[in-house]
Amino acid sequence: MTRKRRRLYVLLLCGLGLGTATALTLTAFQDNLVFFRSPSDIMAQTPPEGRAFRLGGLVETGSVVREGTYQDRPAIHFRVTDGAHTIAVVYTGVLPDLFREGQGVVTQGILGPDGVFRAQEVLARHDETYMPPEVADALRRAGHWDPAAGAPPPAAQWNTLNPAAASSFPAPPLPPGGGS
Amino acid sequence: MENASTTAAGPRGAQSLHRFANPGRFLRLTDRWLPWLSGAALLVLGTGVVWALAFAPPDWQQGETVRILFVHVPMAWLAMGGYLGLAILSLMALIWRHPLADLSARELAPVGAAVTALCLITGSLWGRPMWGTWWVWDARLTSVLVLFFLYLGHIALVRAFDDPERGARMGAILALVGVVNLPIVKFSVDWWNTLHQPASVTRLDAPAMHVDILYPLLWCTLGFMLAFMAIVLAATRAAVMERRVRALQMAAARRADRPAADPGLETARA
Repeated sequence: MTRKRRRLYVLLLCGLGLGTATALTLTAFQDNLVFFRSPSDIMAQTPPEGRAFRLGGLVETGSVVREGTYQDRPAIHFRVTDGAHTIAVVYTGVLPDLFREGQGVVTQGILGPDGVFRAQEVLARHDETYMPPEVADALRRAGHWDPAAGAPPPAAQWNTLNPAAASSFPAPPLPPGGGS
Repeated sequence: MENASTTAAGPRGAQSLHRFANPGRFLRLTDRWLPWLSGAALLVLGTGVVWALAFAPPDWQQGETVRILFVHVPMAWLAMGGYLGLAILSLMALIWRHPLADLSARELAPVGAAVTALCLITGSLWGRPMWGTWWVWDARLTSVLVLFFLYLGHIALVRAFDDPERGARMGAILALVGVVNLPIVKFSVDWWNTLHQPASVTRLDAPAMHVDILYPLLWCTLGFMLAFMAIVLAATRAAVMERRVRALQMAAARRADRPAADPGLETARA
């Protein structure tokens, strides 16, 4: 009994030590563990000239323009925003299926001297919402959500909305008080 | 351990735990449970597959690709839950020296590794069309890959020693050390920014998933969970019986080695 108790305490102590060590290590490497940096991060601390990094944020509404060329191929211009700051991006190549205005993106490239980010790679970032097309349509028609403008309304407002009723026209009003 | 009414053999709590550790009782009990568990798993998974693939709506922007989620998410949850199970079994094996905990940990690890591999593969298949890449080294993806390697390490370590008991102890220590990775997997999407999206279901406010997608997902998860338990239970039963067969063979070989060396002892035992 005492030996079992002792083994339990030894294991608990080891676990405590290991957990503390891990937490300290992760805190120390906090800056290196982020996958991308937001426009505000870049504004606060501009990376060294010519150094590649990842820029992440939302594609600004109405900013996607396909004109001109970049590296002798059709260019795509858009701006990445996090609300506070915005950085212009130029890219050429295939865009992922989820790329659109109002969608999160992570782009890798180099910030040019003119302040335009030259992207070598553009990845779309999916947000955590999942909804049937009818529900998204209903939210849009009722004026509750413009997908090009950013994130959908709080999930409690739509996650039990009946898609069959939602597809009938005109759009039914949302359940009052955030639905249920 | 709470009810301290001690019997001759020690505290009652410990005794009742040991009752489940008795291999004979374990075989008898699971012999009754296993068919029900397997049947329930088949039933739930069968209906879940039809519900998820034929009746659940597509996502408004992912389209039909969202159906990968009905495998990916249960596999991700099971990968973490399975590892938690492995850690609990290892803890029991180290503290109470249950041989059954060692055996079931040994049998759980390969199933957990397979589940984690499926999670990584389905995630990659989803990521290519949606994100535009098969793989990125963000905190979530990397920590799940580490989880996969922890499973593989456990599988290898447990089988690396001539003395199975020694291997089991090393594996248990590895499993417990690896537990620090579990909160990292879960909270990586909150602590650091990642390409992987944050939690949709297990979060404080309402699930950010329409119920028409959420319910089939939970049903599939239940099905995969039952299947996981049934597979691990069946494998552990097989391992217990294997060990019994080996013990019997060893005894037979020992008896054959010294034929009727001590007939008096043999008759006394019979």
